[in-house]
Amino acid sequence: MIDVLYFAWVRERIGLPRERVDSQAATVRDLVAELSAREDRYAAAFADLASLRVALDQDLADFDAPLAGVREVAFFPPMTGG
Amino acid sequence: MRVAVQTDPFDLGAEAAGFAAAAAGAGAVVTFTGIVRPTDTGALQAMEIEHYPGMTERAIAAMMDQARARWGLIDALVIHRHGRLALGEPIMMVATAAAHRAAAFEAAEFLMDYLKSRAPFWKKEITDAGADWVAAREADEDALTRWQAS
Repeated sequence: MIDVLYFAWVRERIGLPRERVDSQAATVRDLVAELSAREDRYAAAFADLASLRVALDQDLADFDAPLAGVREVAFFPPMTGG
Repeated sequence: MRVAVQTDPFDLGAEAAGFAAAAAGAGAVVTFTGIVRPTDTGALQAMEIEHYPGMTERAIAAMMDQARARWGLIDALVIHRHGRLALGEPIMMVATAAAHRAAAFEAAEFLMDYLKSRAPFWKKEITDAGADWVAAREADEDALTRWQAS
């Protein structure tokens, strides 16, 4: 089981801040494909990966990163702090 | 070094004075404050800032470690608010203390550039026309390259 977190407009589009996902996905990209296949709201949120960022266990990663051993995946738009 | 991620307002003057007083041996203290400003489109009613608890503190601490090592900082401070903020309210502040001003200025700019694009905060502007997430600017991403190149 992986904890999947969503922030900002990704959270709004999917309609929840976090969920537990039972997934055998090997990479982030595979997880995105699994989620996108679920429902339109996921497919809409993940339509353009270039406009998204991903963090694995609270460190920025890329979409080809492996998920082995990862407990927490977060998807969000580019950050706008400061 | 201190990182504070909070909803409460902070007292810029008191924070700056306390930081400077505690930075023994520093010849230069630089502070920067970011403030909620009017938007280009529509009258801003408020700004809402969302963040990723846990990752935020961790990402900022990593930036501060990098800055300390690179510029030999004596101390650094980052305070960043989240939640709902009104026009004119301080959003965040950075303070750096070093032996000389070049290091303090550069380290503060480095921290600002990284906070903008690498700390997990997201701003939403609430205006008369509705609510919109602030889009990341390409210029902000480009600003990071100068720190990587040198």
